[in-house]
Amino acid sequence: MLRLKNVSRRFANGYLALDGIDLAVDRGEIVGIVGGSGCGKSTLLRLVAGLDHPTGGAVELDGAPVEGPRLDIGVVFQEPRLMPWLTIRDNVAFGLSHLGRAERDALVEGALARVGLAGFAKALPRQLSGGMAQRAALARALVAKPGVLLLDEPFSALDALIRMDLQEHLLHVWASEPAGERPTLILVTHDIEEALVLSDRVVVMRGNPGRVHGQYRVDLPRANRRSHSDFPAVRERLLEELRAASRPREPGETSRGGVTTARPLAPAF
Amino acid sequence: MTTWDRAAQTGGKSTQATPAAVHPPPRGGRVGRSLAGLGMGLLLPALLLAGWEAGAALSVIDTRLLPPPSRVLGTIAELAASGDLTLHAAATLWRVAVGFGLGVLAATLLGALTGYSEGAKRLLDPTLQALRNIPSIAWVPLFILWFGIFETSKVMLIAVGVFFPVYLNLASAIRDVDRKLVEVGRVYNLSHFQMVRRILLPAALPAYVVGLRGGLGLGWMFVVAAEIMGASEGLGYLLVDGQMTGRTHVILAAIVLFALFGKATDLILAGVGQRLVSWQDGFKSAR
Ligand SMILES: Nc1ncnc2c1ncn2[C@@H]1O[C@H](COP(=O)(O)OP(=O)(O)O)[C@@H](O)[C@H]1O
Ligand SMILES: [Mg+2]
Repeated sequence: MLRLKNVSRRFANGYLALDGIDLAVDRGEIVGIVGGSGCGKSTLLRLVAGLDHPTGGAVELDGAPVEGPRLDIGVVFQEPRLMPWLTIRDNVAFGLSHLGRAERDALVEGALARVGLAGFAKALPRQLSGGMAQRAALARALVAKPGVLLLDEPFSALDALIRMDLQEHLLHVWASEPAGERPTLILVTHDIEEALVLSDRVVVMRGNPGRVHGQYRVDLPRANRRSHSDFPAVRERLLEELRAASRPREPGETSRGGVTTARPLAPAF
Repeated sequence: MTTWDRAAQTGGKSTQATPAAVHPPPRGGRVGRSLAGLGMGLLLPALLLAGWEAGAALSVIDTRLLPPPSRVLGTIAELAASGDLTLHAAATLWRVAVGFGLGVLAATLLGALTGYSEGAKRLLDPTLQALRNIPSIAWVPLFILWFGIFETSKVMLIAVGVFFPVYLNLASAIRDVDRKLVEVGRVYNLSHFQMVRRILLPAALPAYVVGLRGGLGLGWMFVVAAEIMGASEGLGYLLVDGQMTGRTHVILAAIVLFALFGKATDLILAGVGQRLVSWQDGFKSAR
């Protein structure tokens, strides 16, 4: 279980990017985080990744504080961030240097096959299209089978078809693990549809300072959510919440930050 | 493992792509084009040499001050036949090689250190920058007193010359490495040493190669200076000897040899560098 306890982050310039975030994510859960640009989503993810430290509160994984980057927490960024001097195979193997050669090669080969890049092991990043490069980045993150995978707008730079393709792929990889061994996925996105297609739960954030506006359980069956008859209505509802979260607060109005009750989204219809 | 394989069958299908999309870089055309470019570049020197030779033959040029190309080539042939060429060239090449090696070693260690660590930069960089402002030749008297008039002072002078371009290029290239790639290294929990070896040095390699070539150029410059100051063998000694004895053809032969060796070593370095940085996705750097 991943827990953020009253987490705040104030930057050196005095800006309060996150203020009292409370969030609990179960093992194997998929949580989408949406919110306007600059509301602190990336900052939140960096805290969970151990790339940055909270100025207040604590981030805990299975009861122990996250004190720095660790191999059981993987990260996929918006850009592939492949090392341009390494072949795709070596890029995917980047985090496996502690393993023996044979074991590493087997893992990498499997990971490349799963993202459909088996024939590109010896290619250099510059020879890959954007979608292929991002698939390689996904393979790099997944190959070590992290318990928690953090994704910061991972598909937002890709065109619609490739984006849907990769969303499908991510779900497949997640679902193909036995229920108790699935990775926890935290997906930051500004694409509401993406959040709804992938998530068990969507967290809506508001900015300045970054707080949790509300959390919504997505009670649609996992398969083919996009074509479910309730999907448009659910999306509309989430969009409204996002709009509400993005509206500037009235003077004197206090934020509802820290709301942690997951209000069901689907039963409202 | 089996569950992951299942994902390959279902999820992998829609994301299949063919390896054929990766083309090997075309080779033949590039060589042909660069040969044509070489031909164009040789045109002007060839005309100048022909004019020079003709001028000497027609006594328009005073051949005591400017002997014709044929005489210079003949001198080189004589030097080669008598074994003097090997002696002098070997002495000079040895000095450049050792000086270059020492300079590069020091520059690489210090450049990586100050490029990576802000503290090391604050501590060391101002001193090194100040030393850089001293024209390197000014060290010669001191080096001679410190290291004697023999090989050590020459090699040290060359090393100092080589040091700065390599150090400056490497340190600034490491500081300019994409923060996003460094963050990937942090995600994978790399140690400081691993970060330097696995991300910073490879990323800085193109600029490092530029620095090495600049350093080598200065190495050749300083070996001339060092050998002119006093040497009993070396191509620089030929320069001084030619001047003392009024044999301009020997001076010109030495100059030509310096140019040939300088160019040859630079080509080797450039070739090795090109191989190392062929991953680059630049405008003309790699195709
Ligand atoms: N290192 C920093 N110093 C000061 N302010 C920062 C820093 N990093 C981010 N911010 C600010 O914090 C806010 C949240 O940033 P971020 O988490 O990147 O937003 P999001 O990912 O939701 O778009 C933004 O207003 C941004 O300008
Ligand atoms: Mg962001």
